Amino acid sequence: MIEVKHLTKVYGEARGIEDINFTMERGEIMGFLGPNGAGKTTTMRILTCFMPATSGTAKVAGYDVFEDSLNVRRRIGYLPETVPLYTDMQVPAYLKYVAGLKDVPWKKIKSRVGRVMEQVGLSHMAHKYIGELSKGYRQRVGLGQALINDPEVLILDEPTIGLDPQQIIEIRSLIKGLSGDRTIILSSHVLPEVSMLCGRVIIIDEGKLKAIDTPENLVAKLQASDSVKARISGPADSVISALKGIEGVKKVESSGAVGSSGEYVVEFVRGFNGSHLLARVAVERKWDLYELTPIKMSLEDIFIHIVTDEDSSL
Amino acid sequence: MRNFFFIFAKETKSYFNSPVAFVVLTIFSALTGYYFYNIFASFSTLSFQAQTNPALINQYGAFNVTEFVIRPFFGIVSVVMLIIMPMLTMRSFAEEKKTGTMELLLTFPVRDSEAILGKFAGCMGIFAIMLGLSFPAMLLVEYFGDPEWAVIATGYIGLIMMGAAFISLGIFMSSITENQIIAAVLSFASLMILYMVGYTAGLAGEMVGRVLEYISFSFHYEKFARGVVDTSDVVYYLLFTIMFLFLSMRSLESKRWRG
Repeated sequence: MIEVKHLTKVYGEARGIEDINFTMERGEIMGFLGPNGAGKTTTMRILTCFMPATSGTAKVAGYDVFEDSLNVRRRIGYLPETVPLYTDMQVPAYLKYVAGLKDVPWKKIKSRVGRVMEQVGLSHMAHKYIGELSKGYRQRVGLGQALINDPEVLILDEPTIGLDPQQIIEIRSLIKGLSGDRTIILSSHVLPEVSMLCGRVIIIDEGKLKAIDTPENLVAKLQASDSVKARISGPADSVISALKGIEGVKKVESSGAVGSSGEYVVEFVRGFNGSHLLARVAVERKWDLYELTPIKMSLEDIFIHIVTDEDSSL
Repeated sequence: MRNFFFIFAKETKSYFNSPVAFVVLTIFSALTGYYFYNIFASFSTLSFQAQTNPALINQYGAFNVTEFVIRPFFGIVSVVMLIIMPMLTMRSFAEEKKTGTMELLLTFPVRDSEAILGKFAGCMGIFAIMLGLSFPAMLLVEYFGDPEWAVIATGYIGLIMMGAAFISLGIFMSSITENQIIAAVLSFASLMILYMVGYTAGLAGEMVGRVLEYISFSFHYEKFARGVVDTSDVVYYLLFTIMFLFLSMRSLESKRWRG
């Protein structure tokens, strides 16, 4: 459905994105993750034909975004980050206007506008001017205009930014409900959102694609650099030095004490799990081992890991 | 065609949703109406005086309401247009760029030409209403006097063509900046220069003078106001309009490339 090859965008001196490659199947939901200025919006703007890439190609629904831009634009719905709307128009009038421009058949415009307004929860705002609406409702209008032509591909740039928790939940479940046959790309800072909604995640940093995989796999792959939490009774100093002596241990940190036992976070080198060695040492020294749990990395940890770690390549 | 219609309808509506259309139409009617009152009243005073003082007839030539009222009236309408048109066109693209709605517009399946022509037609619509508001003045002249309707017709044709040229230039200026004030000032300055450049013709040499005359708005309008439709004037206004619509298209396209 979406095919991106060697996509590069250079803004004068500044680098936008560099050699981005990925493909998406119909019905997939892809999350774009990355710090501000990483190139998420740039990638989306190229996919929506708002601007051309410096080099590389991108195909949406089988059409090249540069060669066949009108055909691409007919098949997408786009919600820009800033949700730009005409504030002097009423909600239904605006949606009718967009429906007209997006080739919704004349006869269907009215019913389509009604359906979308219901879908995004705007039915009771029909008499309001867009300028009078709160941020959350404007976001819905933005989503509504993206959906008006029932597009095959939805591209949403930070769809839940600036909303209150209740609205975030509503918009998320709305997006979840839109999936199915539709291919969706969404960018976000909110990591749980991405792991909740998206089948796959792309992590972009400094214009480069750093990782692309399912959230679970990303976690699993990074899990290889195992960290475990161990609760051991024994004099803290000697426990730490004993743990440090274990093969493959990179770092030991004391993370507090529970009763007579201390808690330690032990990080092994990547790809090596030495939990059994740790247990053996505890038994040999006659310390009591109360707890030995692998520390699961959340998407947050992975994100931080990938964008801060120079040599990380997944 | 469809997209053109939707953009045209939306543009026209948004002129009336904001106070822009009302302010522009009111100011236009007030200024031209005031001028019309003055010139019509002084014409009637002079006509009365001429009845008792035949010397006046020799001084002014034939008392002809078309020559004395209609022609200067059209002249002043064109001057008011010079001031008002930039206010009408300044928002067309500058506003969309400033508020970011341009980003959505450019990702809709709309050709640049459709967007530009839609906006152009929207402005032309308001302009047509504007000219329509000046029409009662003609009826008043008809009621009290005996104007030549052919001259009135060519006068309006000329105004429409000149208005189209003004609007296309204004839309171009609006497409090169995201600041509405800059768009308005640039359009006003360029229109003003193109309006006045003919005045220099007498001071310049033969060749340069004729070129200056040819590129000036007022020179081409003059014949329309006298009741003459000259192909060269029609071609001038048409080419001018097409050229700036084309430049606006290029400007939108370059915006895309610059990202």
